[in-house]
Amino acid sequence: MFVIPIKTFQKKEKNTSKKMSERIWNILIEGFGKIMLASIQVTIPLTILGFGFAMIIAMFMALVQYAGVPVLRQFSRIYIWIFRGTPLLVQLFLAYYGFPRIGIVLNSFVCAVIVFSLNEGAYCAEIMRSALEAVPEGQMEAGYCVGMNYLQIMWHVVIPQALRTAFPPLSNSVIAMLKDTSLVAEITVADMFMAAQKIVGRTYEPLWLYCEVALIYLVFSTVLTFVQRYCEKKLSAYNSRETEAASVK
Amino acid sequence: MEIRKLVKSFGTNTVLHGIDLTVNKGDVVAVLGPSGSGKTTLLRCINFLEKADSGTMIFDGQSYDLGQMRRNQIAEIRQKTAFVFQNYNLFANKTAIDNVTLGLTSARGMEKSKARDIGMEMLEKVGMADRAGYYPIQLSGGQQQRVAIARALAVNPEIIYFDEPTSALDPELIGEVLQVMRQLAREGMTMLVVTHEMNFAQHVSNRVIFMEKGEIVEEGEAGAFFEDPREERTRAFLRSIQER
Ligand SMILES: Nc1ncnc2c1ncn2[C@@H]1O[C@H](COP(=O)(O)OP(=O)(O)OP(=O)(O)O)[C@@H](O)[C@H]1O
Ligand SMILES: [Mg+2]
Repeated sequence: MFVIPIKTFQKKEKNTSKKMSERIWNILIEGFGKIMLASIQVTIPLTILGFGFAMIIAMFMALVQYAGVPVLRQFSRIYIWIFRGTPLLVQLFLAYYGFPRIGIVLNSFVCAVIVFSLNEGAYCAEIMRSALEAVPEGQMEAGYCVGMNYLQIMWHVVIPQALRTAFPPLSNSVIAMLKDTSLVAEITVADMFMAAQKIVGRTYEPLWLYCEVALIYLVFSTVLTFVQRYCEKKLSAYNSRETEAASVK
Repeated sequence: MEIRKLVKSFGTNTVLHGIDLTVNKGDVVAVLGPSGSGKTTLLRCINFLEKADSGTMIFDGQSYDLGQMRRNQIAEIRQKTAFVFQNYNLFANKTAIDNVTLGLTSARGMEKSKARDIGMEMLEKVGMADRAGYYPIQLSGGQQQRVAIARALAVNPEIIYFDEPTSALDPELIGEVLQVMRQLAREGMTMLVVTHEMNFAQHVSNRVIFMEKGEIVEEGEAGAFFEDPREERTRAFLRSIQER
């Protein structure tokens, strides 16, 4: 008795679901275009700029600590303490919504770049510092003994070795940062996530669109992982016995 | 090179109690002594890897106060010396040839091609020319130490300090390094060598110094030192070595 109405219902459902899937498909295609556009306009530049500045900051902060430069060393510790100890989202809000109260008004993208550089710089500074400290003391001493000065040894011997050590954790940081850029939607920056959110607002399809944007993030981080592996192999020359020694010409 | 009254302490622990030492041009001086007697510390103070408390150094006729060396004085002396470490300390990110030439190109501003010629010549000398493009990790301990010696030679030093250059090596690799050092001695290189190799001390060096507890106990011509040591402590040490 109950079977028939259900059957007819299913039939109806099938009909509408065909229409539905077509609609979703169209939404996803539109979403893909907008999300990719946002990635080119915002997410990728933000990641590159933010991480680029972060590396410069990190290098500076790690070196002043390693070299024990007075004042700057303490300054660096305090900087790292603050930026690692507070949430990224709070830092973004403070800079974008808070600072105008003291007369600092920033374009939202610029604000995002600054906050990401400083936040990421603090983490990378710690990575670089421990990588520098992991270079054996004997390397420095050997440098002195062939007549090199501190800066020459740092430049030719210690920093290259530290960068090699720091490379895997730094790569992880880039990947983490790429994903964290989705937070900038909160301060009105039109990134990939914001692009998805806008379409969701119009179409009420959060499931599919958020899946789509997640997938695109996944593709990006997978690409970065491959790049990381490739570079690590290239860099491993002096870390592995397997590498064919370069022949001398 | 001459050292007068070198004193060094770590905190309250005085490790060197006024060492006097003279190394003339062409000398090969072997420093012997039990573990912990301060041999490494002595070499490190002489090359300013450790700061001595007090003492005087006369290098090339110039007198220096070891207690308060200025940076440019240290640099000046280091340009004329070289150091070979117990654990080699080759630059891990540089190939053998780059290890040898880095002191020339970066510290002395020498042209790359000229440095390379010198570097290859030095590698040739220690029998490592065929491994010029290898990274330290791809070399055996004995090979690494020979590259380290080539690196020391490349800067054309007036004296080379060796701190137990063969102690970290497997027995079968010691020979190749000693061979190189013997060759250097024959060519008249001035060397100050901390070593446990009695054979080297006896047959290659021309003077031997015996240290114990931060003091020089005995010093003498290599032959006399081994045949007829004056001090009882030296005899005891030599006996203990022979028993091993
Ligand atoms: N950085 C340091 N800090 C404190 N004490 C030290 C330090 N380096 C060496 N010492 C002490 O100085 C003394 C001499 O050490 P040194 O390494 O010079 O001996 P050594 O003669 O080279 O011994 P070995 O034959 O084992 O190499 C030892 O008692 C050691 O504990
Ligand atoms: Mg020692």
